[in-house]
Parts: sequence; structure tokens; C-alpha cells
Amino acid sequence: MALYHTEDQAMLADTARQFMGEEGTIAKQLRHWRDKQCKDGFGHALWKQFAELGFAGILVSESDGGLGMGNVEAGIVLEEIGRNLTPSPFLTSSVMAATAIGAGNDELRGRYLPGLLAGDSVFAVAIDEGPKHRPERIATRAERAGNGFKLTGKKAFVVHGGSADMLVVAARTAGADDDQDGITLFAVPKDAAGLNQDAVRLVDSSMATHVKLDGVQVDADAVIGEVDAGRELLNRVLNAGRVGAAAESVGVAGGAFDMTTTYLKQRKQFGQLIGEFQALQHRASHLYSELEIARASVIKAQQLLDAGSEKAELMVSVAKAKAGKAASLAVKEGVQMHGGIGMTDEYDIGLYMKRDRALAEFMGDMYYHAERVAQLSGY
Amino acid sequence: MSDLDAFRAEIRAWLEENCPAEMREPARSDDDICWGGRKFQFKSEAQKLWMERCAAKGYTVPDWPKAYGGAGMGPAEAKIWREEMNRINARPPLSSFGIWMLGPALLKFGTEEQKIHYLGQIARGEIRWCQGYSEPGSGSDLVSLQTYGEDKGDHWVVNGQKIWTSYANKADWIFCLVRTDKTNKYQGISFLLFDMESPGVSTKPILLISGNSPFCETFFDNVKVPKHQIVGELNRGWDVAKYLLGHEREMISGAGGNDRLNTIGAFAKRNGLEDPLLRAELAMFDVDALAFSAMGEKFLDEIKVGKAHPAQPNMMKYAGTELNKRRHELLMAAGGSAALEWDSEASGGGAKARTWLRTKANSIEGGTSEVMLNVISKRILDLPGA
Repeated sequence: MALYHTEDQAMLADTARQFMGEEGTIAKQLRHWRDKQCKDGFGHALWKQFAELGFAGILVSESDGGLGMGNVEAGIVLEEIGRNLTPSPFLTSSVMAATAIGAGNDELRGRYLPGLLAGDSVFAVAIDEGPKHRPERIATRAERAGNGFKLTGKKAFVVHGGSADMLVVAARTAGADDDQDGITLFAVPKDAAGLNQDAVRLVDSSMATHVKLDGVQVDADAVIGEVDAGRELLNRVLNAGRVGAAAESVGVAGGAFDMTTTYLKQRKQFGQLIGEFQALQHRASHLYSELEIARASVIKAQQLLDAGSEKAELMVSVAKAKAGKAASLAVKEGVQMHGGIGMTDEYDIGLYMKRDRALAEFMGDMYYHAERVAQLSGY
Repeated sequence: MSDLDAFRAEIRAWLEENCPAEMREPARSDDDICWGGRKFQFKSEAQKLWMERCAAKGYTVPDWPKAYGGAGMGPAEAKIWREEMNRINARPPLSSFGIWMLGPALLKFGTEEQKIHYLGQIARGEIRWCQGYSEPGSGSDLVSLQTYGEDKGDHWVVNGQKIWTSYANKADWIFCLVRTDKTNKYQGISFLLFDMESPGVSTKPILLISGNSPFCETFFDNVKVPKHQIVGELNRGWDVAKYLLGHEREMISGAGGNDRLNTIGAFAKRNGLEDPLLRAELAMFDVDALAFSAMGEKFLDEIKVGKAHPAQPNMMKYAGTELNKRRHELLMAAGGSAALEWDSEASGGGAKARTWLRTKANSIEGGTSEVMLNVISKRILDLPGA
């Protein structure tokens, strides 16, 4: 398969670019909700529009009423989300939770997918248990109780947890904390007894929660997939989330880069446009190279994932790490090249830097994924 | 079975039958590479057989038209050819500047006579070429070159000096940039082809820090070049040179679209990797290298359908060569003191150290990294005054 978008995908990209460039702009969404101190961190009206365009169900199968597309297409939407810093539950709900629910039985899909497709529901995914991504280790326990399970433990950095109607929770139904086996995924409704969430606003104005599960009682039908055998499904959810976050990072980097090169062509100092200075030209050109390479790694990973290739696992980590490196460089260079104005809240470049930091941590930073590349390569 | 599946089966069967076992191992040194030409001595019977069998089928230049010695493969077929070659680790049957650089330029700018005459010889490995671009004082700033061809009616008389002419002492012919109009800097250069055995041509190898001398100084003293040996228009050699440089940069960047996903960390592990910080650096490098490998694949895919930006080879050259230098720094670190050995048998004649030193030229030859960044600034980013 060629590493560029097909005609259909290019059309989708046009639609997503136009929509996000009109409705998802920084002024209309990110700044608007931030300045209102919105407790969701995003606008529900926009989420409805995502649904109307079909984006909300982009990964949901056609038989369940979705578009039945793949990670390449979800990535196209995410890149435009990144470029405009559009706050939305797309990544957690339409990519990660949808990947999980899609593996559930008829009843579970029937319970949750219609709300997602209509833009009425928001889902969150609760995996991490500390400040760094480490899904190999899951301590949260789920014990059989009554006709269902009782969940006990803590989850951290649950993005949109406070707005979510349902949380996909990875818990341990057997084995020790570091075991690969014995994991089960649960669909935990927001009003389940014993579920407590402390909402926190993050550096990028997005909202996350610290989750406490104090013997949360769920019925047996809350199980997504198989009991004890959820690791494989968890990995699928993680890979979709990682490659999705990488695509969004590329968008963030692209947005910051475009702002910066535009500025280089306008701003005068010492009687010259600063873009005439070779010191800045070379850094901008280097950044361009890194961004192009990151974009290539992301589309490669998306395609391998969609094709079910055994190389996907490695390439997803390459993409998350490389996109993270490139985006981090893009926002740092962006603020520096803007000079003093780049430090002001009024100017958007700093917002890119904040979003990059949050995305970098989400689903594992470049160090985590470089480490994974090493392990998957056998060293 | 689709046409392409049938084609793949045909290629697979042909390779199985015709590629000697000895040619299914990676080349260990420059000696293992078949360069062709009048002076070339085959290292083994298998090497000779492999080249001849491929040449007979047009497989030395699979995507060139059949009329000029190729196999006439389209992009999809050529990709299958590469994949099937990779699958059995087959060595390229013939490597040459004629294939990588001059050939594509002749296909675009050559006359029908030139194509038939030269391309066939290149495809059959009968003629080895060197490139006469750089001069003392004109490295990356090529348009300042001084070698002059004086118009004598039916021929030019060329005088001057070239430098960094790779393998000039082993080449049969040279493709050479020569000033034919002193009044116009850019549009006063012509692209000439001539025999290295022409009276007045002499070469002298340059010893490099690697201890090897793949490059030469080349001198022209009243060399007579017939008029029909010009490629493209008089004084418009820059158009040909620029086109050709695009291919050279692609080649140096190593944009091979290699999908095998090998990592140098895995290599270092086999040599006993124990330092955690080196391991971390190798892992970060492998992230960059695997991402670049995807970029190489994307670049080739986009070139085939005309989607790549015309200046994209400059980006590939820049990123690929910087990456390659880093790779060899890390290989030296992973190798430890064993990698320092300079002429022992165990070290393959100091292959690691010599290769490491050789790679330092990657970001200089074919236009420096700084020049590549200038081109990106100007042609892709459209920055002011760039």
C-alpha cells in the first residue's frame, strides 16, 4: 500500500480541514471554553457536529451504524484537531473507547454505540495508575461479587473522566500486578456506586480526573470481551490511542510550524525580515524535515495497524516517539522564534506548547516508546 | 491470479533459478560490488554470471525502456522486483553512476542517438562513468566552476581541473560540467560526455582520512570533445546537472524504502551491550531511523505518482546523511576498542573505522547539509531572501 492518502481519504481530509478550520478554531473553542472555566473543557455543540458529520462513529462498524473506517481515517480527523487545538472527546471516545466497545457483545454495543453515534455520549478510558504511562502493570482489582464484579483501585490522568457517561476501566481479575494475563476490561457507568472522580484542569486547559474505585459494583454484563483475557484487547485500545495521539501531535506540530514560518515572513528586526536570517532558516528547515519524517512514520503505523500486520506494534511506538520528538521541537522553536510575543497569553503559539506537553504524556512519552522499540527489537 | 501476482511468481521463479547463492549475501566491502566497465575485474564467477544474466533480461535497470537495455517495468512491477530481490537478500547485479545518475539524465535530456548508444552500454555494464562537477574552489557553489571549453567549430577544447571525482582512475568515461560561456554565470555551462582515455586527461587519487582513496583530482589539458557529445542544449548544462543532482541526493540519502525494520540496537546487543545510556541512545536513534525508513518509502511512493515536492530530495539528503553519520558514531561506540582496529583480518581491514570516517563526507558531497537547508528554506518554505 502506498504511503499517501487515497482519493477518498484526501476528500475526508478536505472535509475535516474545512470543518475544524471553521468550527474548531482556537478562538471559537479552546479559548472560549477555557475563558469560561468550562468544567468539560470542550463544547457539546461541537461534539454534536462531529456526530452529524459521521466523525464520532468513524471507527464503529457499518453494521453498528458507523463509518467502518480505520486508523488512517481517524488520524486524518485527529491531525486537523491537533492543528486547531480543537478540544473534543474524539480520541478518548471515538478512537479508544470505540475500539474497546467494538469488541463487546451485541448488548454492550447496543447500550453504548447509539449515544456515541448521536454525539450524546462521551466516554473515557482509565488505564494509567500513576503519573507515567505504564500499562504493563495494573494493580486495580476486580473481584467476583454477586452476579458481577467489585472494582477496587486508583486510576490517574483519565482524560474527560468527569464528562464521561462511561469509563472503560482496565482491571485485574487474576494474577499479580505485573502479569500480562488476568486483565479484564469493564464498561463502568458514571453513576456506579463507589466511583469517585476528582476533576483537575491540566496545563492545556483540558480536564482529567483522578479516579478512585472503592468497591465499585458492576454487573457481569459490564465486561468487555472476555474475563481474564483482556490484555490483547487492551493492547488494541492502546495502539489505537497511541497512533491517534501521534497523528494529533503531528497536527499540533504542523499548526505551530505554520504559525512560526508565517511569523518569520512578517516580523522585522534590525531592518530585516527575521526569516532572512540564515540561523533561523536552518532551524526552520531542520524542523520541516523532522515533521515530514514524523508524518511518514505515523501513516506507516496507521496502515500497518489497519492491515493487522505484526510489524504494527513496533511502528506504532516509533510513530508515537517520533511525532512526540518532532512536536516538542516545533513548539519550542515556535515560542523561541516568536520572541517576547510568544510568551504572551494573547498569542496562540504558547497554547500549542501546552497542548504538546499534555499529548506527549498521553499514552506514553518518547522515552517510554523508545524503550519499547528497544524491547520489541530484542535489546 | 492478477497480472501483478503472475509477474511476482515469474520474478520469484527467475531469481530462484538464476541468482547464485554467493550473491544472496550482503556485500562485505567495496570489492563485493560489481561496478562494470572496461577495467573491471570480476571478483568471482558468480558475480560475473549474476550481472550477465540480469543484463540479458534488462534487470540491471528494470525500469528503463526495453529499447535502451532495460526491462520496461512500470512502478508497480519495479516495486515487486525490489521486494523479491530483498526477500532473498540478493545483491544488486550492477552498481554504477551510469545507472543512478547519468542514465536518468540521458533518458530526460539525451537525443535518441545518445540514448541508444550510451544507455545500452550502461545497462550491460560495459562502461563505467565518473562525475566531473566539483572543482578546487567550487564545491557546493558549483556555478562558480572555471573549467573552460573553447569552441573550435566541430569540437571543444577543454582545459581545467576537477576534484572529488569519485573513482576517476577506474572510470571509462566522464560526465562533466564545462563552462562554454564566460559571460553568463548560470547559463554558460554545458554538460559534456567524454572518454577518460582522450589525450590530455589525467587523474591522481586523493588519500582520505579513512585511509582509502575513492576520490581523485582530474586534470584536463587541451582535451578534444566532439560537439555531438553534449547532453541537452549548449550553455544549459545546469538544467541537466540539477536534474541529476536530484538523483544523486536521493542515492546518498539512502532512500531505499527498505522495509525490513532492522535496528542497530539489536546489532549492538549481539556484541554485548551493557551500558544503559548507550542503550538509551541506540533506542532513540532507532526511533529516528525507523521513522526515516518510513519516510524513504513514502518519498519513493510519492515520486512515482508525482506527489513529492521537487525539492524534497534535498530534505531526504539532509536528513538521511545526518542520520547515517549518527549511525556510525553509535556503531563505533557499540564496537568499543574492537572497532578501532585498522588493518587486522578480524576487523575486515578496519572496515568499521574506515566506514565511520567515510560517512563524514555524506553531509558534504552532493551539496552540504547547510546547502540542503538553504534549498529547503528557499524552495519549500519560501522564506524571504533565502
